[in-house]
Amino acid sequence: MKCDRCDKPAVVHEVNVKHGVKHEIHLCEEHAREAGIIPSLGPEPINQMLTQFVVSQKTKKRKRAKSKKGCPECGLTFTRFRQKGLLGCPVCYEVFDAQLGGLIERTHNGGTHHAGKIPQRAGGSIDRQRMIQRLAKELDSAISAEQYERAAELRDQLQTLELEKPGNQDGP
Amino acid sequence: MDLDPTAAWNIEQAPHSDVVISCRARIARNIDGFPFVNRTTDAQNHELLNLSRRMLLGSELADELVWVDLHEATAHDRRLLFERHLISKNHMESKSERAVVISQDETLSIMVNEEDHLRMQVLAPGLQLEKVYHQINHVDDAVEAEIDYAFHDRWGYLTACPTNLGTGIRFSVMLQLPALRMTNEIDRVRRAANDLHLAVRGYHGEGSESAGNFYQISNQVTLGKTEEELLAEFQEAILPRIIEYELHTRKVLVEKNSVLLDDRIHRALAVLRSARMLGTEEAMNLLSRVRLGICLDRVEEINRQIIKQLFLQIQPAHLQQHLGQELSPVEMREARATIVRQMLQ
Repeated sequence: MKCDRCDKPAVVHEVNVKHGVKHEIHLCEEHAREAGIIPSLGPEPINQMLTQFVVSQKTKKRKRAKSKKGCPECGLTFTRFRQKGLLGCPVCYEVFDAQLGGLIERTHNGGTHHAGKIPQRAGGSIDRQRMIQRLAKELDSAISAEQYERAAELRDQLQTLELEKPGNQDGP
Repeated sequence: MDLDPTAAWNIEQAPHSDVVISCRARIARNIDGFPFVNRTTDAQNHELLNLSRRMLLGSELADELVWVDLHEATAHDRRLLFERHLISKNHMESKSERAVVISQDETLSIMVNEEDHLRMQVLAPGLQLEKVYHQINHVDDAVEAEIDYAFHDRWGYLTACPTNLGTGIRFSVMLQLPALRMTNEIDRVRRAANDLHLAVRGYHGEGSESAGNFYQISNQVTLGKTEEELLAEFQEAILPRIIEYELHTRKVLVEKNSVLLDDRIHRALAVLRSARMLGTEEAMNLLSRVRLGICLDRVEEINRQIIKQLFLQIQPAHLQQHLGQELSPVEMREARATIVRQMLQ
């Protein structure tokens, strides 16, 4: 069977029935593409594919470059940390925060925040932070235990402490 | 270097000393403004050492402290300090500029430029964890009055290895468990300890085997709990049960297997009293059996303190120190057998 629009052999055959009347369409590959019945193979998708390929290459490179990029303070890379198990300086804890979090939690059996002694020189801000963490923990347990009155008290205390934070003092 | 074999931490009269040889609290701290020791330059190591010397010798602890520059000390002196648990193996072997500060009675030692800038420990004989905790806390306060520590709101005291993060505190006990070893029950203790996130090591800590039936148990978690909570958990979770288990097993051995028990104890004593050459591990294992015999009143003529001293005196550097000369491995074995024979007559 030939294409409805040219002499080439038809490769797409479509039959539509509208108001009881049957319409048959027979198109060659070229005309079927033109009609949008089969996806176009124009230069655009190839470009897209290429761009994706290039982009993914770039991303990979960027990702690799990022993991190779070390701590700005001491130069330690995360790869090196994984080999040695030792961080290079206090700043490493900030730089590799995302990678270290889970590892630290597993090592310390679920411990995620310091709860112990505080250097006296560190001042009151840490005390406040510590109190907020403790109250938040208590609030969670009170809610789990369905002690709603206690939970309400704890929530009020937490709100007061949050408002006392240095950055919040000038706020409404 | 002259060190007394009857150091304050090595005496026998202490709580639970039939099972607990000694206990320790150790704190890891770093000084703010410096990289951790694995990333410091030689100049920074030098600066850290000078700063620590000024700070420690200027602190309220100063009267009782002795400063030892380890990079200038002889290999023999470093080994001597290691054998007395005053420095780690790593600190003994390292090549960089480093030091140790020791109190006259050797219950306190502060390693400078080990894995962390400061590794401070208090040792005591027997089971006295509350005491060592309060002492190390006092030392920490005295040091903190002089310098700023590397500290983070969330992570607490920052350490080179994240396993020490938070409080930076480790409690440990050195146990002698000959009955549990003899009856092959020791693996159950290891498993129970592992389940409770406790580490089990040998006489010289990490990597050392359990020669002499010594087992060092310590907490692994240092973050997320207060020092007091960590201490309470460590003291209450498993220690009383291990001590009880060892004592119970000793009792069962006496009641049900006394001939075999006596045979092992007296055979060990006979070898120690007759041998002309002894290796360190062999001597430690035999001494451990004799000590068990003394604890169970199966051996009456020997004082337990002598055995405890011997555990230290048969170590290589202590033997050379005693004889005042360097010894070849063969001479060492001979000297070890001689001193053991003399002490057990």
